Amino acid sequence: MTDLATRPESRSTAHSKRSEIKGEPVTAVVARELSGAQLLIEMLERQGVTCIAGVPGGANLPMYDALSGSDIRHVLARHEQGAGFIAQGMARVTGKAQVCFASSGPGATNLITAVADAHLDSVPLIAITGQVPQAMIGTDAFQEIDTFGLMLPITKHNFLVRSAEELLEVIPAAFELALSGRPGPVSIDVPKDVQNEKIRVTGLPAAGTRQPDPQVSQQDVDELLERITAAKKPVLMIGGGIVYANATEHLRTFAEQMDVPAVQTFMGLGVLPSDHPLSLGMLGMHGAPFTNLVLEECDLVVGLGVRFDDRATGKVAEFCPNAEFIHVDIDNSEIGKVLQPVQSIVADVGSVLEKASNCLQSQKNSRWRQRVDQLRNNHPLLLDGNDELFRPYGAIAAVAELVDDNANITTDVGQHQMWVAQAYPFVRPRQWISSGGLGTMGFGLPAAIGMALAMPDRTTICFSGDGSLMMNIQEFATAAEHNLNLKVIVLNNNHLGLVRQQQTLFYNKNLSAVKFEQRTDFPAVARAMGMAGLDLSDCEDPRQALREALTQPGPCLINIPIAETEMVFPMVAPGGANKDMITSETSVCGPATAAGDQSPGASA
Amino acid sequence: MSVANPAILKLTVRNHPGVLSHVCGLFARRAYNLEGVMVRPVRDDKTLSRMWLLVNEEERLTQLIRQTEKLVDVVSVEQHSMEGSAFEATQEYFI
Repeated sequence: MTDLATRPESRSTAHSKRSEIKGEPVTAVVARELSGAQLLIEMLERQGVTCIAGVPGGANLPMYDALSGSDIRHVLARHEQGAGFIAQGMARVTGKAQVCFASSGPGATNLITAVADAHLDSVPLIAITGQVPQAMIGTDAFQEIDTFGLMLPITKHNFLVRSAEELLEVIPAAFELALSGRPGPVSIDVPKDVQNEKIRVTGLPAAGTRQPDPQVSQQDVDELLERITAAKKPVLMIGGGIVYANATEHLRTFAEQMDVPAVQTFMGLGVLPSDHPLSLGMLGMHGAPFTNLVLEECDLVVGLGVRFDDRATGKVAEFCPNAEFIHVDIDNSEIGKVLQPVQSIVADVGSVLEKASNCLQSQKNSRWRQRVDQLRNNHPLLLDGNDELFRPYGAIAAVAELVDDNANITTDVGQHQMWVAQAYPFVRPRQWISSGGLGTMGFGLPAAIGMALAMPDRTTICFSGDGSLMMNIQEFATAAEHNLNLKVIVLNNNHLGLVRQQQTLFYNKNLSAVKFEQRTDFPAVARAMGMAGLDLSDCEDPRQALREALTQPGPCLINIPIAETEMVFPMVAPGGANKDMITSETSVCGPATAAGDQSPGASA
Repeated sequence: MSVANPAILKLTVRNHPGVLSHVCGLFARRAYNLEGVMVRPVRDDKTLSRMWLLVNEEERLTQLIRQTEKLVDVVSVEQHSMEGSAFEATQEYFI
């Protein structure tokens, strides 16, 4: 790599600061000889990394050799995808960048799904892979794959490290990039010869940290406040950006002072407690009827840390037909991507809300609030069966009743995920963690392991389904090995439930490849891997059994059978407008809606 | 020139291995055709490269420029006229 000190001023502020620090003896005056691998581990320690999930293999042996002498705790996953999601769980629940390790070839390809998932949900994940020695790159060597090329479209940035010296720049840069602006994953591919290369080090560069965010001007804040004040029917749309900006308190103050009701995206759940008077719950495909109906009537939508995802907006042309949009986001490329706002602010949403809160005059929107409450009363979210333990909403309510607000919640992907998103009483940000953008089945269990590792004082609950759980079930052994306080609740219908639901609603009930002919005994699998496991349908007093399972520390699998005919309602057909909500099996317009799907792809 | 409504982008990028993949990959995966690409190191500064892109001007071009600006190794992006561009000077090589 070229000498950083001579590089001209870069537009990206990401690299300029470190260049002045490099070379200065910060920690040691005497030169030490380190291998690239030792240097890598030392720099990770310096970044504050305390726990790494990974799997060793041929091409990252030197890293593991160096890791054994470190204070960093290593969690040996049973599959690299598990390692990626364990690190994600730690990152999502703490907001800090977290690291996963894998070897070359299949190790790297197995990480891909977890990295892509982090990319779509803006999670600061650092994926460090071993690579074959540089002399063998390009020869189709054993376990050689173009990791750089594979990671390129699914990371914020990625590196192939060509010398041990380059690590001095790459490691801090990776953390800085992962954490700055809109967070995201960074991958670092390190050939084995680079790991083994000896280097004399006189000092280490400063750790990479989040760089200052773009600031909002007073003029923009004034305009924002004027537009909201002028609106008759304003709504805030709250997304994951609020969570990532740690802006929850500013948001609550702002919403209350301006008296504006707020819808939450899937990623924004928990920012407003679900029982907050201004909370309208989740919008979109599985939003409550009144939530989507409020959006039909509103005249201004203020998007705060959102990206107007298609699961939230439905058919964009018909989204909020009477409204103008304001868009506040830290990522300039999100502005105008889906819809054209009348005002946009590219800045940290927390600083915008803070500045606005300091200069706003509190107001009341009594008429609009009355209308919203009227819609809420007339078109509520119906939680059918929420007093029955062996029905989806009932199982979720029973769990929520038994654990307090300290519990952290994650899910896999499918019907159970949407039921939890709709019905769980979230009260704080980062209490809720789920795979939103990529929708990865298999996310839940390893993510729960990461959450439990990062926050051992909280109970971690993973709601899963029998389809999703199978996709990373090997991580039961990892959870048991570390005796983590996590509970996996399987809402078990022995089907790929959300696919079954779509086939039922949109494909003339032609149920194709959605039933598991071979039923799996999940409690037995859990026990075989060292966890506790029980089936509530086998228990004389299932509620008492659930209570005991949730309150006893340690990992436990709780199987709750439900009927395969249960569905998530309301549902907006993929590609349909949010006002066209299907509320029962008999209220479907017909299979034609499926043909209008703008966004093909599995939604399990 | 076969492009119906040509637009030309002049990029300054860090002269790193992989930067061409980052830029071309972005256009490919966002389904925006690149009609022409020319790239060489900047004459007086070998740490930088100049990349010329020829694209069809569509409504989404602003969006693509914003995405391109986000790439870590991209220093600047500007729209340029055909006149005085690398493509104007080299048309005879593409007959």
